Amino acid sequence: MSISKEFIKGIWKENPIFVLVLGMCPTLAVTTNVENGIGMGLAATFVLLCSNIVVSLVRSIVPDRVRIPTYIVIIASFVTVVDLVMSGYFRELHHSLGLFIPLIVVNCIILGRAEAFASKNSIFLSIFDALGMGAGFTLALVLLGGIREVFGNGTILGYPVFGGGFEPVLVMILPPGAFLTLGLLTGLFSVFEKRKR
Amino acid sequence: MKEISKLLVVLAGVCVVAGLILSFVNEATTDARAYQDRLEMLNALNMVLPEHDNEPDKDIMDVSDVSYYVSRLKGSINGIAFITSTEKGYGGLIKIIVGVKPYGEIIGIGILQQKETPGLGAKIEDAWFRDQYKGKTLAVANWAVKKDGGDFDQISGATISPRAVTAAVKDGLEKFAVNKAKILGGTDVDQ
Repeated sequence: MSISKEFIKGIWKENPIFVLVLGMCPTLAVTTNVENGIGMGLAATFVLLCSNIVVSLVRSIVPDRVRIPTYIVIIASFVTVVDLVMSGYFRELHHSLGLFIPLIVVNCIILGRAEAFASKNSIFLSIFDALGMGAGFTLALVLLGGIREVFGNGTILGYPVFGGGFEPVLVMILPPGAFLTLGLLTGLFSVFEKRKR
Repeated sequence: MKEISKLLVVLAGVCVVAGLILSFVNEATTDARAYQDRLEMLNALNMVLPEHDNEPDKDIMDVSDVSYYVSRLKGSINGIAFITSTEKGYGGLIKIIVGVKPYGEIIGIGILQQKETPGLGAKIEDAWFRDQYKGKTLAVANWAVKKDGGDFDQISGATISPRAVTAAVKDGLEKFAVNKAKILGGTDVDQ
């Protein structure tokens, strides 16, 4: 029961983007298309999963006073692993995500879950918490990236979706488009939440 | 005192383990990253060089701080590629690879790195823009964008990026003209 609860909450009730409003920097910056959204989402999910597992494992031996530096070292290590592996095997994606891979270190979602969940719960629950939060983050990025790519570039995953007459709304793939889309989606999300209650 | 030493031991321990893991991963991915680097370079070179039977990424001549990648067919040089860059792009650094025939006519250019605005300046990567440099030489072109009285189309809404590219290509060609004798010196050249 609580396993599915921990998983689902990340996608809906405590969605990291639309409800917790964490990790805004990569959210706004890389979602110019769907592919980047998927890549960033999966990379962050991997780091989140690994760091949640390790933080939960070491939670009893790490003294409270050095827990934050310890978490940061753990997170930074996994981010570097992702960076190296991606550079070796997924070069195209590595190029388009660029600087935002190393910046996963300071993604508040990951440190936030380490501090708020993994340091207080069992490995098992932490895994599902990470998977749920990761899925919520990835879905949000894909949604944002999808909307921006369709209107800003007329394509989805690189394939044209409109006929020849479509004039791309350039602002959608520029930074203002990210803020507009995020604002509208966050608003819609809370409207749905209120309706449900 | 006891607490301090415990903090130190735990933190140092975590760092040591992290360091070990990272050095292992770094070691394990070195070959793959080197392979990707080479693949990228070869793709770029193939884009701007004519047909060749050597390995231009290993056939390098360094003349006055510029690396010239030489393409050969049956032993004679039929093309040279070099990388030229500028800081004057709208988003800073633009790195361009230029392939020329031995006497200096451009075969093609490719954009290796740029941070221009997507949809505007980033169109310098589009084929129609890059293709206008084909067949040009230092002498047979007015090396500026049309807005500045030259031969090259700017992109509507973005003049800075094409201006930077044009200047960088011109700069690369000028350096090539100076270094040409040293690069080709004494070798068999296929005109």
